[in-house]
Amino acid sequence: MPNSSAEGRAVSLTVNGVLRVVEIDERTSLLDLLRERLHLTGTKKGCDAGACGACTVLVDGARVNACLNLAIRLQDAEVTTVEGLTTGDGDLHPLQRAFIDRDAFQCGYCTPGQIMSGIGCIREGRAGSRAEIREWMSGNICRCGCYPRIVDAVRHVAAGEGA
Amino acid sequence: MSTQPEVAVGRPHERVDGRLKVTGRATYAADHAIDDVVFAVLVDSSIGRGRISSIDTAAAEEEPGVLGVLGHHNAPTLPYEDNADGSYNPPGRRLRVFQDDQVHFFGQPVAVVLAESLEAAQHAAHLVEVTYHVERPSTDLSTAIGAEPVTYVRGDAEAALDPAPVRLDLTYGLARNHHNPMEPHATIARWDRGRLTVWDKTQWVGDGTQRELATVFGLSTDDVHIVSPCIGGAFGSALRCWPHVAVAALAARETGRAVKLVMARRQLYFGVGYRPAYEYRLRLGAHRDGRLIGALHDIRAETSSYETFTEEVMVPGQMLYRTPAVHQVYRTVPLDVNTPTYMRGPGYVSAVHVLETALDELAHEIGIDPIELRARNEPVADPATGLPFSTRRLQECFTIGARVFGWADRDPEPGSTRDGDQLVGTGVAAAVYNTARTGARAAVRVRADGTAVIQTATTDMGPGTATALTQVAADELGLDMHDVTVHLGDSDLPQAPPHGASTTMASVGSAVHDGAHRVRRSAAELAVGDPCSPLHGADPTDVVATGGRLHLARDPRRNDSYQALLTRNGRAWLEATGLYTPPAEETRSMHAYGAIFVEVGVDHRLGLIRIRRMLGVYDAGRIINPRLAESQAIGGMVGGIGTALLEHTVTDHRDGRIVNPNLADYLVPVNADVPNLTAIFLDGRDDHADPIGVKGIGEVVQIGIAPAIANAVFHATGRRVRTLPITIEAMI
Ligand code: FES
Ligand code: FES
Repeated sequence: MPNSSAEGRAVSLTVNGVLRVVEIDERTSLLDLLRERLHLTGTKKGCDAGACGACTVLVDGARVNACLNLAIRLQDAEVTTVEGLTTGDGDLHPLQRAFIDRDAFQCGYCTPGQIMSGIGCIREGRAGSRAEIREWMSGNICRCGCYPRIVDAVRHVAAGEGA
Repeated sequence: MSTQPEVAVGRPHERVDGRLKVTGRATYAADHAIDDVVFAVLVDSSIGRGRISSIDTAAAEEEPGVLGVLGHHNAPTLPYEDNADGSYNPPGRRLRVFQDDQVHFFGQPVAVVLAESLEAAQHAAHLVEVTYHVERPSTDLSTAIGAEPVTYVRGDAEAALDPAPVRLDLTYGLARNHHNPMEPHATIARWDRGRLTVWDKTQWVGDGTQRELATVFGLSTDDVHIVSPCIGGAFGSALRCWPHVAVAALAARETGRAVKLVMARRQLYFGVGYRPAYEYRLRLGAHRDGRLIGALHDIRAETSSYETFTEEVMVPGQMLYRTPAVHQVYRTVPLDVNTPTYMRGPGYVSAVHVLETALDELAHEIGIDPIELRARNEPVADPATGLPFSTRRLQECFTIGARVFGWADRDPEPGSTRDGDQLVGTGVAAAVYNTARTGARAAVRVRADGTAVIQTATTDMGPGTATALTQVAADELGLDMHDVTVHLGDSDLPQAPPHGASTTMASVGSAVHDGAHRVRRSAAELAVGDPCSPLHGADPTDVVATGGRLHLARDPRRNDSYQALLTRNGRAWLEATGLYTPPAEETRSMHAYGAIFVEVGVDHRLGLIRIRRMLGVYDAGRIINPRLAESQAIGGMVGGIGTALLEHTVTDHRDGRIVNPNLADYLVPVNADVPNLTAIFLDGRDDHADPIGVKGIGEVVQIGIAPAIANAVFHATGRRVRTLPITIEAMI
């Protein structure tokens, strides 16, 4: 069977603390690398075009849309996905806990992206008020319409961290 | 049999699948780890109507990794047996994938590329050269000719309107809305020795997707297995089994491998249905005091050229208010578009928008308060059927809402309130949705370790089906919630109706309740007949259960645990199948109701409309889980904001192309569009509706939102906009 690996190039990057060296097609987005090659399906594809935020992950600590980043450009990058938030003994990240407590999701499809984006938002110091969170979380669409609860959850964690 | 105490039901429990969803471990259709999959990417037609003259696949097939291209030029003939009654196929002739050269709409699947990698399949899909005999499509609702209408007549509305002291003649244009769930439709299909397994985004694993695929491929339904444990939103888009599902199954059969087909966001605008656009003319006649005399409804809605889609758009005009004379004409207009389908609050969202903004116009015209106007037209029985209402607490919703919202402080004069650059206005509207139920089954099993498993083929697109069913089962069995597990989303499980139309809790919840009741009764009977049981010799109808222990209702000291009872009697489990069958004939008019209050601010220079606050008060029967219900209501309000202010499909009528098939140009509400929203559910239950007293929530919460917003915009600005969405352009 002919295979696209003819065009393949290797990239090494750290995903959730584990060094991964993968031979990839140059066209592969970080999102497709995570989902189809590394089987980390917690990161979701909603639009594949940077318009919905479902694919949000942290790259070197900053939130990015994984669908807009070519994997080949991420040599030596540190990627954190929703799967990387939980500790070894299964303890949830405070924002994951807050999403459950505030019922900040319904179908749950946008949720990994919202949580990763929320972590980024808090880190950026953009979670000082409800109004600020609403603005800075607007890159993450929730079609189930859980926005007020998402703001509650982000605000709760941001306040707890003394932000 | 003694009634079980209510312990779990009515409490705001967190979701039973919350942990799965926040950790990324919930498996949606495209997430299933199926080995050795082939990636499939659809090629869509680039014309709006005509015939395919050739498909050149040479360049695509040369792309490394490509396994082949399937289209009508090489696809096998498929049986496509009749499935008129199932799967939400509307009357007509459904699209048959790759069976002929006809193109019915822009974006119709004309081929599928199969490759070892997603990248190769996506790239090669662009390399497939399709040539067409092009015809000019007809896609403009305003100019196309409608089909034979459906009519409803009560009294002589035409004659009644003539002498009416107050008359209104209003024409509305309502844009098409796309469900746009965050999870794109996706299917993984695999054949194993003649049996087809499909991991699919579907709201109806049983008679929906399973039956449709069985008829497409000429299989027995036993040979089609559908798996759909988690759905990333759907709002109706996954009720029907769309052509891409058959494409994935066909491709899997042809390649002999598992095939994964994930639709692109763009393809969701023509690959699955949508809420049809409407043109709606309403003529109203009323007395000077606001009492309605008659109404003429002239309704036109888009459908496809190959199927006639209709929805319940006529009902609200027949029953929401006492209206002695009603004449309705409902015409579908066949266009060269894909077939519409049910979308959250189907029919009602559109009709209630028209009625509720028209009533606001009437209130303004005659100078009375819009809430008072509604009270003056409150019927005593269902005006369409004459049936008494099971419960209709619409006026109570308005009264409570008015108090909480502070309606009394309102200056009725449009344009009278200002806050900085914003003109501030408030508006109200009613909401109504039919309480429907369908037959359902659920298997309930209590095991010797004192835990229970519930199995039913319903699904969960987000409302929290599994959580609410767990609550119902836990209470009826007398177990703690964490000892109950619910399995759903698999066609091998006991049959359940489509997960939609707000019927799931009423139908499946009642089946679970029945099954749990039977299991508890057989446990009670086993206990009273067991000489070793502390309950020996008691009357089984006196036995209740709490916390995993069966005991006498009046004497909890006489008790026996499920665990001890089953172990002593050498029973691995007790089980029963719960059933729910709706009555053959309704004796009550059953609907959920709501009163919506909205405050908007309109920037007087920019025309920008912002929602400042919103309140919904609902009469929705018994609420199983207030936390989940509130989330659902907030979600419905957000959906309504989209319909009112943002969502609009733009079609280029020259070639039938949708110009904005993406989330950057087809706007949906984002966080910054949504302030704090409040929902209140009136305490109560509807015992006529079903054994657990629920009416259903999912639809009613999206109804009445858009008209309340439109009415608030009028109050803020004095401008009446009768088209949706109400955009900035209409404000300046
Ligand atoms: S999938 Fe990346 S932003 Fe939508
Ligand atoms: S929870 Fe469904 S899209 Fe956000």
